[in-house]
Amino acid sequence: MSGVEWTFIKIVIGMLLILGFIAFNAILLGYGERKISGFIQGRLGPYAVGPHGSLQMMVDMVKLMTKQIITPKKADGFLFWTAPILSFMSVPVLFMVIPFSPSFTVINSGLGIVIILAFSGLNVLALCIGGLGSNNKWSLLGAARAVSQFIAFEVPILLVVLSITLMTGTLSLSEIISKQGGFPWQWNIVLQPIAFVIMFVASLAEMNRVPFDLPEGESELTAGYSTEYGGMGFGLFVLAEYTHIVVASSVITTLFLGGWKGPVFSGIWWFLLKMYILCFIILWIRWAFPRVRFDQLLNLSWKYLIPAGIFNLLATALLVKLF
Amino acid sequence: MEFWKEDFYSLKFAEKKRDDTIIINIGPQHPATHGVLRVLAELYGEYIVRSECVLGYLHRMQEKMGEIKTYPQFYPNTGRLDYGHALAWNWAYVGAIEKLVGIEVPEKAEYIRVITTELNRIASHLLWWGVYILDLGAFTPVMYAFEDREILLDILQRITGSRLTYAYFRFGGVFQDIDSKFIEDTKKFCKRMHSRLNLYHEFVTENIIFKKRVEDVGIFTKDTITKYGATGPVARGSGIKYDVRKAEPYGVYDRFKFKIPVEDKCDCLARYMVRMKELEQSLSIVEQAIEGLPEGDFKNKKTPKMIKPPAGEVYFSVESARGKVGIYIVSDGGMNPYRVKLRSPTYSNLSLLDEVSKGMMLADYVATLGSLDLVIPEIDK
Repeated sequence: MSGVEWTFIKIVIGMLLILGFIAFNAILLGYGERKISGFIQGRLGPYAVGPHGSLQMMVDMVKLMTKQIITPKKADGFLFWTAPILSFMSVPVLFMVIPFSPSFTVINSGLGIVIILAFSGLNVLALCIGGLGSNNKWSLLGAARAVSQFIAFEVPILLVVLSITLMTGTLSLSEIISKQGGFPWQWNIVLQPIAFVIMFVASLAEMNRVPFDLPEGESELTAGYSTEYGGMGFGLFVLAEYTHIVVASSVITTLFLGGWKGPVFSGIWWFLLKMYILCFIILWIRWAFPRVRFDQLLNLSWKYLIPAGIFNLLATALLVKLF
Repeated sequence: MEFWKEDFYSLKFAEKKRDDTIIINIGPQHPATHGVLRVLAELYGEYIVRSECVLGYLHRMQEKMGEIKTYPQFYPNTGRLDYGHALAWNWAYVGAIEKLVGIEVPEKAEYIRVITTELNRIASHLLWWGVYILDLGAFTPVMYAFEDREILLDILQRITGSRLTYAYFRFGGVFQDIDSKFIEDTKKFCKRMHSRLNLYHEFVTENIIFKKRVEDVGIFTKDTITKYGATGPVARGSGIKYDVRKAEPYGVYDRFKFKIPVEDKCDCLARYMVRMKELEQSLSIVEQAIEGLPEGDFKNKKTPKMIKPPAGEVYFSVESARGKVGIYIVSDGGMNPYRVKLRSPTYSNLSLLDEVSKGMMLADYVATLGSLDLVIPEIDK
């Protein structure tokens, strides 16, 4: 077989595996979120379906899929239904470039991090047209919030990624991992602690998680951009949200925590372990904090994270030049 | 036809609409309004240009019902006015009739009334605390609050027979005596609640995001408070030291040592702190009352079977968890009252919101609305 065909087959197989992985993760995180919130709030969480409620998510999936698909009367049907599909469509591409381990990398692109930054931006487009197409004022407010929040927090992420690439001299995720060692003190987090904090906070804001879940802000905007959605339209948004948690955790693992490298037996398990610990922290934060106000959110980015990011970038450039 | 142009209030409100704003309906079905309050708000981006509360979605003609029913028949309705602090309304109605007819209340009954009313006030504040933090976007505290409130409701259920809409007091006493298990459980609860309050403060009050959300938000000046006649924690959060329990003591409240918490900051945090301190004061009142519980009857045996007060009028007010609850009754000497006027504190407290909300952000409006501790059945009556 020629090289082109082999690459094509690899991408198709990888795509299928990734779709399975996404579905698995959505179920795992959905179940995890309910159990963790139950644990934090002193209750049991789902318990009725399957042992310890482990099949609850399957039942919920069936419920979402079998619900009647309703388009509001005055909504723009095309935009209204493009939004959830678009929101979910970009997600598999994000996984293509993530190096889970040396052998589990679908596309070993030299521009991995750029692809992730580019395609994760599609999510906000989905929220925007979903909010606009719903013809609902709450949705519109949610969409407006989503756009300004995304723009505000994309900048610090770019600054952080720039400092990492300056340090490692590459945009390829596999190479960024290979420049880090197996032990914690050999990871980028030690060299770039400020960058890690900025990246983590900005990622929380990018994927609309508490304390930055303003676009859906339940007590203010009823449900924000997803007010008019029900059934699988809503389901796709949720699926995309959970997948973005996994993607963000994977990117942070890759950039800062040494990826698939561990002190012993380096491999995919180390990657998954670090990724799920980050996912757990993100879920944990959700159940412990109130929501920030909109101006406070933007101030956090423009007044604190971006100056810190610029400072970090300059310091990195200087140190790279010196050593 | 736009949806907000269809009724009288919307038409009136839309008359002054600017070209660069949108009008939205917050409620009657909205997670932040805790019931069927409807707020018409004109939004310029995230800022509220002006807002107007529309009431009446839960109007049940309680005052008219008071006129067409006999005195004991109307009494259970008072428990349905404020589901948070039903016993305060019970007490206000019972107290008014006792004052009008001249029924003596045994000392033990007065003590039981104080204990149950204060426990009910704690339950009401706990409910408010959990739900207020829920308004601000945190999901967990409401579960903690309900865990404690559940114990309290179980305690009250044993002797009052209901969990929310009580009708426990009777003219000249209470429905039934409290027993040793009630006293034991209450003591245990008070002990537990002290440590739980520390947890609440650690978990929520000291949270930086929470502080940023409520500090300097929703300023009610003293003038606004007095202009609209706001009472309760809303007034005390603005530095007005007025509490019916101290100002016009009723029952046996003058026998207990307790402070009236007052804050001068006028913002949401001040009202929050007032309520949190009131929880401690209520616990202390309960402990004192249980300590000094006298022996005797729980009900005046000489209470007439048929309540038929002489012609005249009476006003009786008590302090509920939300402010001054007042009941004004005019009797023409018949079986039914001639007029029953119910003064609900949240009605006055809500009135000042329209003025204060000008120029607020939407998120601040939700925070301010929550800090008023609204109970819609009490407003609409």
